[in-house]
Amino acid sequence: MNAVVGLCVVLPLFGSALVLGLRRKPTARDAITVSTMAGVTGMAAALLAHVDRNGTVVLGVGDWAPDLGIVLVADLFAALILLVASATILVVELFAIGQRRTPAGADPAVVSPILLVLAGGVSLAILTGDLFTLFVAFELILVASYVLLTHQGRESQVRSGMTYVVINLFASTLFLFGVAIVYSATGTVNMALLAERIPELPGATQVGIGLWFLVVFGTKAAIFPLFSWLPDSYPTAPTTITAVFAGLLTKIGVYVLIRFFTLMDLEQLGPLLLVVAGLTMIVGVAGALAQDDVKRILSFHVVSQIGYMIMGLGLFTVAGVAGAVLFLIHQIPVKTVMFLAGGLIEDDQGTSALKKVGGLATSKPVIAVLFALPALSLAGLPPFSGFIAKLALVDAGISSGAYVIVAVSLVGSILTLLSMTKIWLGAFWGEVTPAAVPASSRRSVTIMQTAAGVAVAGTIAIAVVAGPLWRMSEQVAADLIERTPYIVDVLGPTATEVDR
Amino acid sequence: MSVAMIFAVAGLVATGTFLVTSRSLSRIVLGFALLGHAAVLALLASGGRAGSPPIVDGESTPDTANPLPQALSLTAIVISFGLTLFVLALARRQQVLTGDDLVEDDVEDRRIATTHEVREAAVDETRELETLHEFPEGGS
Repeated sequence: MNAVVGLCVVLPLFGSALVLGLRRKPTARDAITVSTMAGVTGMAAALLAHVDRNGTVVLGVGDWAPDLGIVLVADLFAALILLVASATILVVELFAIGQRRTPAGADPAVVSPILLVLAGGVSLAILTGDLFTLFVAFELILVASYVLLTHQGRESQVRSGMTYVVINLFASTLFLFGVAIVYSATGTVNMALLAERIPELPGATQVGIGLWFLVVFGTKAAIFPLFSWLPDSYPTAPTTITAVFAGLLTKIGVYVLIRFFTLMDLEQLGPLLLVVAGLTMIVGVAGALAQDDVKRILSFHVVSQIGYMIMGLGLFTVAGVAGAVLFLIHQIPVKTVMFLAGGLIEDDQGTSALKKVGGLATSKPVIAVLFALPALSLAGLPPFSGFIAKLALVDAGISSGAYVIVAVSLVGSILTLLSMTKIWLGAFWGEVTPAAVPASSRRSVTIMQTAAGVAVAGTIAIAVVAGPLWRMSEQVAADLIERTPYIVDVLGPTATEVDR
Repeated sequence: MSVAMIFAVAGLVATGTFLVTSRSLSRIVLGFALLGHAAVLALLASGGRAGSPPIVDGESTPDTANPLPQALSLTAIVISFGLTLFVLALARRQQVLTGDDLVEDDVEDRRIATTHEVREAAVDETRELETLHEFPEGGS
């Protein structure tokens, strides 16, 4: 199983190199891209089954000792998120194959290899047990995302791409400073060793490091007030790319926030996280209500939903973190599907502005269904996965006595439903508007709708297997809050004794 | 050495941040170059005092420098070099498209904000008219 952990990172990068050489052979290119992503998804599933049964898998890269070299750690949390993330990228790649013949579609010769690089970076960011490797993984993801966002070179893309690149570059530089600060304070960048040493530092230094990384990871995760780059840049990219970004990039930021804050035992920042979470929920959804374009509304929702996960983390209880983990698992596919549905609207009508689209419920019932199901899930209505995840969070909030944030989150949910209704009223009801000319070929529409349909089925499946998922989330949260399982898994049972 | 390092890092960060907040992308590129240097210096400084070269003869003496931050710095330099080139390419594209390399506001956001302002202005105007109506002498 150790080899599988490494392969999850290396295989997509290798596939990317292969695909890069196949500019002229679209069939071979698509086959390799899809089979690579299917391979990663399969390995992630095997890894999850193995980790669930036999415990964490640790791979010391180059066979160095954990405190000297780089380690890749596949614990239950990492394996769960890795599976959801790679399955999501696989579905989006299928959608991209359908979209490549449409007028608004991205250039597949660029998208296929870069999407694989992104997948490799995502795997690395999830699996790494080393702060500097995390920096490298973030850079890998970001460089891929810069290219995906701007490769068509349209004016709007270059304009919003600039904001995106500048803000993320700044956050990366701050990350580098953060590594320097942490290294000079503790003498290591290994996360398990940091988990031992950071709680021993003076309180002020701990808070300083925590705040510094809250800004760094918070910018990636688009929390309030660091989110302004997101609604500007996401809608300008082609659908497939926005779907990957919305589903994965911010969520990787949240994953790392949860990992870092629980592992470094930064519980004293909990109240601050709750305030940030509340503001993120409300400001995000308020922004969504003001917009009148499907993609922009959805982009603001990305921000709003981040708040719910930060809320679970901010409670710093097993129930809270378990809720955040479950919410994360639910958000990745749901957010992706919403954008894919938005892409179907845009493909059919030639635009996603609510004023110019209408009557899709009668003219294109398939799109309406593909949009309605995840929209209800996003708003948190039973029996969908969003309801289960939000119920877990609200329950955790009430049992910790954090009534204010619970109230804020419920208000946020109602506003989410309201803005979903806005899309529904604008795009699906009302007068039927003519379809775009030239229309996409029937075959590519079928492929796109099938891919989106598979993803919708996946989000519903999350609600069906909510029982086992909740059990895993609770175990993940218990391990995260307790901290010692991770440290012992990486450093071995004796290491803790030796250091003391 | 440490004090000199602190001033160097502080100076680079100050200048770099000032340049990055500018609207012109060519200045932003320069700003990031400076910020990148500052981060690398900070990484080096985090490794403790300078010493004799590590690894070279395979032995470590008490005055050997810490090799890890140097390895981290090298990686960081390579990454920031690549990104500098990417931003330069982006600036060039922007210049081809619009004739300058200024970072612009979120157009859509501006549009929505302006519609709101326009509506508010209209409301204010109505109110003004109403006030005038109540006090025909001009509100005295």
